[in-house]
Amino acid sequence: MNFAASDAVPTAARDDDVPLHTLKILVAGGFGVGKTTLVSAVSEVRPLRTEETLTDASTGVDDLRGVEGKTTTTVAMDFGRITLSGGVRLYLFGTPGQERFWFMWDRIAYGAVGAVVLVDTRRLTTSFASIDFFEQREIPFVVAANVFDGARRYSVEEIRDALDVDPHVPVVLCDVRRPDVAKSILVTLVEHSLHQAGY
Amino acid sequence: METPRERWIGRDAGPVVRPYAMTRGRTRTRGLVLDLVTVLVATGRPPGERVWLSREQRALLELCRRPSTPADLASETDLPFRVVQILLEDLHHYGLIEEVQQARQADRPDPRLLMRVLDELRRL
Repeated sequence: MNFAASDAVPTAARDDDVPLHTLKILVAGGFGVGKTTLVSAVSEVRPLRTEETLTDASTGVDDLRGVEGKTTTTVAMDFGRITLSGGVRLYLFGTPGQERFWFMWDRIAYGAVGAVVLVDTRRLTTSFASIDFFEQREIPFVVAANVFDGARRYSVEEIRDALDVDPHVPVVLCDVRRPDVAKSILVTLVEHSLHQAGY
Repeated sequence: METPRERWIGRDAGPVVRPYAMTRGRTRTRGLVLDLVTVLVATGRPPGERVWLSREQRALLELCRRPSTPADLASETDLPFRVVQILLEDLHHYGLIEEVQQARQADRPDPRLLMRVLDELRRL
Protein backbone atom coordinates (compact mmCIF):
# COMPACT_ATOMS: atom_id res chain seq x y z
CA MET A 1 0.00 0.00 0.00
CA ASN A 2 1.36 3.33 -0.99
CA PHE A 3 0.77 5.75 1.83
CA ALA A 4 2.68 8.54 0.15
CA ALA A 5 0.14 8.70 -2.63
CA SER A 6 -2.81 9.00 -0.30
CA ASP A 7 -4.47 12.29 0.41
CA ALA A 8 -2.58 13.97 3.20
CA VAL A 9 -5.84 15.17 4.68
CA PRO A 10 -7.13 12.21 6.71
CA THR A 11 -10.48 10.91 5.58
CA ALA A 12 -10.65 7.85 7.82
CA ALA A 13 -13.84 8.71 9.63
CA ARG A 14 -16.65 8.74 7.15
CA ASP A 15 -19.28 9.92 9.57
CA ASP A 16 -19.98 13.30 8.04
CA ASP A 17 -21.58 14.50 11.21
CA VAL A 18 -18.32 14.33 13.13
CA PRO A 19 -16.13 17.39 12.71
CA LEU A 20 -12.59 16.46 11.76
CA HIS A 21 -11.49 19.61 10.03
CA THR A 22 -12.81 22.96 11.09
CA LEU A 23 -12.30 26.21 9.27
CA LYS A 24 -13.21 29.77 10.17
CA ILE A 25 -14.46 32.58 8.01
CA LEU A 26 -14.99 36.05 9.43
CA VAL A 27 -17.78 38.33 8.37
CA ALA A 28 -16.94 41.96 9.07
CA GLY A 29 -18.68 45.22 8.49
CA GLY A 30 -20.42 48.03 10.30
CA PHE A 31 -23.73 47.92 12.09
CA GLY A 32 -26.71 47.12 9.89
CA VAL A 33 -24.69 46.21 6.84
CA GLY A 34 -26.09 42.70 6.48
CA LYS A 35 -23.77 40.42 8.50
CA THR A 36 -26.61 38.56 10.17
CA THR A 37 -28.43 38.21 6.86
CA LEU A 38 -25.36 36.80 5.14
CA VAL A 39 -24.57 34.32 7.88
CA SER A 40 -28.15 33.11 8.22
CA ALA A 41 -28.56 32.84 4.43
CA VAL A 42 -26.05 30.00 4.30
CA SER A 43 -26.28 28.44 7.70
CA GLU A 44 -28.35 26.91 10.43
CA VAL A 45 -27.26 27.90 13.93
CA ARG A 46 -28.25 30.63 16.32
CA PRO A 47 -26.05 33.54 17.35
CA LEU A 48 -23.37 33.07 19.92
CA ARG A 49 -23.25 35.12 23.07
CA THR A 50 -19.90 36.35 24.20
CA GLU A 51 -19.51 37.78 27.64
CA GLU A 52 -16.48 39.82 26.77
CA THR A 53 -16.47 42.64 29.25
CA LEU A 54 -16.89 40.29 32.18
CA THR A 55 -13.24 39.35 31.91
CA ASP A 56 -11.79 42.62 32.93
CA ALA A 57 -14.60 44.12 34.94
CA SER A 58 -12.72 43.32 38.14
CA THR A 59 -9.33 44.56 37.07
CA GLY A 60 -10.33 47.22 34.61
CA VAL A 61 -7.18 46.82 32.61
CA ASP A 62 -8.13 46.70 29.00
CA ASP A 63 -10.59 47.13 26.24
CA LEU A 64 -13.36 48.67 28.26
CA ARG A 65 -13.15 52.01 26.53
CA GLY A 66 -16.55 53.00 25.35
CA VAL A 67 -18.40 50.39 27.33
CA GLU A 68 -17.69 51.59 30.86
CA GLY A 69 -21.25 52.60 31.47
CA LYS A 70 -22.76 49.46 30.07
CA THR A 71 -24.81 47.42 32.51
CA THR A 72 -24.94 44.26 30.46
CA THR A 73 -21.87 42.58 29.16
CA THR A 74 -23.21 40.34 26.49
CA VAL A 75 -22.07 40.86 22.94
CA ALA A 76 -23.93 38.92 20.29
CA MET A 77 -21.82 37.37 17.61
CA ASP A 78 -23.36 36.03 14.45
CA PHE A 79 -22.43 32.39 14.18
CA GLY A 80 -23.08 30.01 11.35
CA ARG A 81 -21.99 26.58 10.32
CA ILE A 82 -21.84 24.76 7.01
CA THR A 83 -21.26 21.03 7.22
CA LEU A 84 -19.47 19.59 4.22
CA SER A 85 -18.63 15.97 3.52
CA GLY A 86 -15.73 14.14 5.11
CA GLY A 87 -16.15 15.85 8.45
CA VAL A 88 -15.28 19.31 7.15
CA ARG A 89 -17.09 22.11 8.90
CA LEU A 90 -16.97 25.71 7.87
CA TYR A 91 -17.76 28.16 10.66
CA LEU A 92 -18.80 31.73 10.01
CA PHE A 93 -18.31 34.38 12.68
CA GLY A 94 -19.67 37.85 12.33
CA THR A 95 -18.63 40.08 15.16
CA PRO A 96 -19.48 43.65 15.93
CA GLY A 97 -17.73 46.04 13.60
CA GLN A 98 -17.03 48.79 16.07
CA GLU A 99 -13.41 49.31 16.93
CA ARG A 100 -14.02 48.75 20.60
CA PHE A 101 -14.71 45.08 19.91
CA TRP A 102 -11.53 44.45 18.01
CA PHE A 103 -9.84 42.65 20.85
CA MET A 104 -12.20 39.82 19.91
CA TRP A 105 -11.14 39.85 16.28
CA ASP A 106 -7.51 38.92 16.77
CA ARG A 107 -8.46 35.74 18.56
CA ILE A 108 -11.09 34.80 16.04
CA ALA A 109 -8.90 35.64 13.06
CA TYR A 110 -6.11 33.25 14.01
CA GLY A 111 -6.01 30.43 11.48
CA ALA A 112 -8.99 31.77 9.55
CA VAL A 113 -9.53 31.16 5.85
CA GLY A 114 -10.16 34.86 5.51
CA ALA A 115 -12.84 37.48 5.81
CA VAL A 116 -15.81 38.89 3.98
CA VAL A 117 -15.97 42.65 4.48
CA LEU A 118 -19.54 43.72 3.88
CA VAL A 119 -20.00 47.31 2.83
CA ASP A 120 -23.00 49.55 2.46
CA THR A 121 -22.43 51.85 -0.53
CA ARG A 122 -24.29 54.63 1.26
CA ARG A 123 -21.82 54.50 4.15
CA LEU A 124 -18.51 53.36 2.71
CA THR A 125 -16.42 55.05 5.38
CA THR A 126 -17.75 52.66 8.01
CA SER A 127 -15.82 49.87 6.27
CA PHE A 128 -12.40 51.51 6.20
CA ALA A 129 -11.44 50.28 9.64
CA SER A 130 -12.30 46.64 8.89
CA ILE A 131 -10.33 46.76 5.65
CA ASP A 132 -7.30 48.22 7.45
CA PHE A 133 -7.54 45.50 10.06
CA PHE A 134 -7.28 42.67 7.56
CA GLU A 135 -4.74 44.41 5.34
CA GLN A 136 -2.42 45.00 8.28
CA ARG A 137 -2.60 41.38 9.37
CA GLU A 138 -2.34 40.05 5.82
CA ILE A 139 -5.57 38.12 6.25
CA PRO A 140 -7.16 37.41 2.85
CA PHE A 141 -10.44 39.25 2.42
CA VAL A 142 -13.05 40.02 -0.19
CA VAL A 143 -15.25 43.10 -0.29
CA ALA A 144 -18.94 42.43 -0.80
CA ALA A 145 -21.05 45.52 -1.42
CA ASN A 146 -24.55 44.77 -0.27
CA VAL A 147 -26.91 46.48 -2.68
CA PHE A 148 -29.73 47.91 -0.63
CA ASP A 149 -33.07 48.70 -2.19
CA GLY A 150 -33.20 52.32 -3.21
CA ALA A 151 -29.47 52.91 -2.91
CA ARG A 152 -27.67 54.46 -5.85
CA ARG A 153 -25.90 51.85 -7.96
CA TYR A 154 -22.14 52.06 -8.17
CA SER A 155 -19.83 50.01 -10.31
CA VAL A 156 -17.31 47.63 -8.83
CA GLU A 157 -14.55 49.95 -10.00
CA GLU A 158 -16.12 52.96 -8.33
CA ILE A 159 -16.36 51.04 -5.07
CA ARG A 160 -12.80 49.74 -5.38
CA ASP A 161 -11.52 53.27 -5.95
CA ALA A 162 -13.53 54.71 -3.09
CA LEU A 163 -12.29 52.04 -0.69
CA ASP A 164 -8.74 52.18 -2.07
CA VAL A 165 -8.24 48.42 -1.85
CA ASP A 166 -5.46 46.60 -3.70
CA PRO A 167 -6.33 45.56 -7.27
CA HIS A 168 -6.00 41.86 -6.37
CA VAL A 169 -8.71 42.07 -3.70
CA PRO A 170 -12.01 40.80 -5.12
CA VAL A 171 -14.88 43.29 -4.95
CA VAL A 172 -18.38 42.01 -5.65
CA LEU A 173 -21.83 43.57 -5.71
CA CYS A 174 -24.47 41.43 -4.09
CA ASP A 175 -27.78 40.98 -2.37
CA VAL A 176 -26.85 38.99 0.71
CA ARG A 177 -30.43 37.88 1.27
CA ARG A 178 -30.08 35.35 -1.53
CA PRO A 179 -28.51 32.05 -0.37
CA ASP A 180 -26.85 31.44 -3.75
CA VAL A 181 -25.23 34.87 -3.53
CA ALA A 182 -23.93 34.22 -0.04
CA LYS A 183 -22.48 30.92 -1.22
CA SER A 184 -20.78 32.52 -4.21
CA ILE A 185 -19.17 35.12 -1.94
CA LEU A 186 -17.69 32.28 0.10
CA VAL A 187 -16.43 30.61 -3.08
CA THR A 188 -14.77 33.89 -4.08
CA LEU A 189 -13.14 34.16 -0.67
CA VAL A 190 -11.79 30.59 -0.64
CA GLU A 191 -10.45 31.06 -4.19
CA HIS A 192 -8.80 34.31 -3.13
CA SER A 193 -7.36 32.71 0.00
CA LEU A 194 -5.84 29.90 -2.09
CA HIS A 195 -4.51 32.41 -4.58
CA GLN A 196 -2.88 34.38 -1.78
CA ALA A 197 -1.24 31.19 -0.58
CA GLY A 198 0.29 30.73 -4.03
CA TYR A 199 -2.17 28.25 -5.49
CA MET B 1 -43.37 22.11 29.28
CA GLU B 2 -40.35 24.15 28.56
CA THR B 3 -38.78 25.70 31.60
CA PRO B 4 -36.94 28.97 31.12
CA ARG B 5 -33.20 28.61 31.16
CA GLU B 6 -32.77 31.78 33.14
CA ARG B 7 -34.89 34.53 34.58
CA TRP B 8 -34.33 38.10 33.58
CA ILE B 9 -35.13 41.05 35.77
CA GLY B 10 -35.70 43.93 33.45
CA ARG B 11 -34.08 44.38 30.12
CA ASP B 12 -30.62 45.39 31.16
CA ALA B 13 -30.14 43.34 34.26
CA GLY B 14 -28.78 40.28 32.52
CA PRO B 15 -29.21 36.73 33.76
CA VAL B 16 -29.74 36.23 37.48
CA VAL B 17 -26.83 33.80 37.63
CA ARG B 18 -23.92 35.92 36.54
CA PRO B 19 -21.34 34.26 34.31
CA TYR B 20 -18.56 34.50 36.88
CA ALA B 21 -20.72 32.53 39.30
CA MET B 22 -20.73 29.64 36.86
CA THR B 23 -16.97 29.84 36.59
CA ARG B 24 -16.56 30.20 40.36
CA GLY B 25 -15.16 33.67 40.04
CA ARG B 26 -12.72 33.02 37.26
CA THR B 27 -12.72 35.41 34.37
CA ARG B 28 -10.08 33.87 32.15
CA THR B 29 -8.55 30.49 31.48
CA ARG B 30 -5.36 29.51 33.24
CA GLY B 31 -3.44 28.52 30.17
CA LEU B 32 -5.30 26.17 27.90
CA VAL B 33 -6.15 28.10 24.77
CA LEU B 34 -9.17 26.67 23.07
CA ASP B 35 -9.95 28.16 19.74
CA LEU B 36 -13.57 28.66 18.75
CA VAL B 37 -13.20 25.73 16.37
CA THR B 38 -10.90 23.34 18.26
CA VAL B 39 -12.49 19.89 18.05
CA LEU B 40 -13.02 18.33 21.47
CA VAL B 41 -14.25 14.90 22.46
CA ALA B 42 -14.98 13.16 25.76
CA THR B 43 -12.25 10.72 26.75
CA GLY B 44 -14.75 8.37 28.38
CA ARG B 45 -12.74 8.28 31.59
CA PRO B 46 -14.83 8.53 34.76
CA PRO B 47 -14.34 11.69 36.80
CA GLY B 48 -12.05 11.20 39.79
CA GLU B 49 -13.67 10.79 43.18
CA ARG B 50 -12.82 14.26 44.34
CA VAL B 51 -13.90 15.93 41.12
CA TRP B 52 -17.05 17.97 41.41
CA LEU B 53 -18.74 18.98 38.19
CA SER B 54 -21.29 21.75 37.89
CA ARG B 55 -24.54 21.29 36.03
CA GLU B 56 -23.10 23.26 33.10
CA GLN B 57 -19.96 21.14 33.03
CA ARG B 58 -21.96 17.93 33.07
CA ALA B 59 -24.00 19.27 30.15
CA LEU B 60 -20.83 20.15 28.22
CA LEU B 61 -19.30 16.75 28.93
CA GLU B 62 -22.44 15.04 27.73
CA LEU B 63 -22.35 17.05 24.48
CA CYS B 64 -18.68 16.16 24.02
CA ARG B 65 -19.55 12.49 23.71
CA ARG B 66 -19.80 13.49 20.08
CA PRO B 67 -16.86 15.56 18.84
CA SER B 68 -17.74 19.19 19.11
CA THR B 69 -16.17 22.64 19.08
CA PRO B 70 -16.35 25.37 21.73
CA ALA B 71 -18.38 27.47 19.27
CA ASP B 72 -20.90 24.64 18.82
CA LEU B 73 -20.99 24.06 22.57
CA ALA B 74 -21.56 27.73 23.39
CA SER B 75 -24.31 27.90 20.82
CA GLU B 76 -26.00 24.74 22.06
CA THR B 77 -25.82 25.57 25.76
CA ASP B 78 -26.49 29.28 25.18
CA LEU B 79 -23.65 30.09 27.56
CA PRO B 80 -21.19 32.89 26.79
CA PHE B 81 -18.15 31.68 24.93
CA ARG B 82 -15.69 32.80 27.58
CA VAL B 83 -17.58 30.88 30.25
CA VAL B 84 -17.61 27.78 28.07
CA GLN B 85 -13.85 28.13 27.57
CA ILE B 86 -13.22 28.19 31.32
CA LEU B 87 -15.54 25.26 32.05
CA LEU B 88 -13.97 23.24 29.25
CA GLU B 89 -10.50 23.94 30.61
CA ASP B 90 -11.58 22.27 33.87
CA LEU B 91 -12.91 19.24 32.02
CA HIS B 92 -9.65 19.05 30.09
CA HIS B 93 -7.65 19.39 33.31
CA TYR B 94 -9.63 16.51 34.87
CA GLY B 95 -8.85 14.35 31.83
CA LEU B 96 -12.48 14.15 30.80
CA ILE B 97 -12.14 15.72 27.37
CA GLU B 98 -9.31 15.96 24.86
CA GLU B 99 -8.53 17.76 21.64
CA VAL B 100 -8.93 15.92 18.36
CA GLN B 101 -5.79 16.72 16.44
CA GLN B 102 -6.42 18.38 13.12
CA ALA B 103 -4.26 17.84 10.08
CA ARG B 104 -2.37 21.04 10.69
CA GLN B 105 -2.54 23.79 13.25
CA ALA B 106 -1.20 26.91 11.68
CA ASP B 107 -2.00 30.51 11.15
CA ARG B 108 -3.42 29.62 7.73
CA PRO B 109 -5.48 26.58 6.75
CA ASP B 110 -4.05 23.69 4.75
CA PRO B 111 -4.41 24.54 1.03
CA ARG B 112 -5.47 20.96 0.23
CA LEU B 113 -8.33 21.31 2.67
CA LEU B 114 -9.27 24.64 1.10
CA MET B 115 -9.37 23.02 -2.34
CA ARG B 116 -11.76 20.38 -1.01
CA VAL B 117 -13.92 23.07 0.53
CA LEU B 118 -13.95 24.99 -2.74
CA ASP B 119 -15.11 21.94 -4.70
CA GLU B 120 -17.89 21.29 -2.24
CA LEU B 121 -19.06 24.88 -1.96
CA ARG B 122 -19.34 25.04 -5.75
CA ARG B 123 -21.47 21.90 -5.72
CA LEU B 124 -23.80 23.06 -2.95
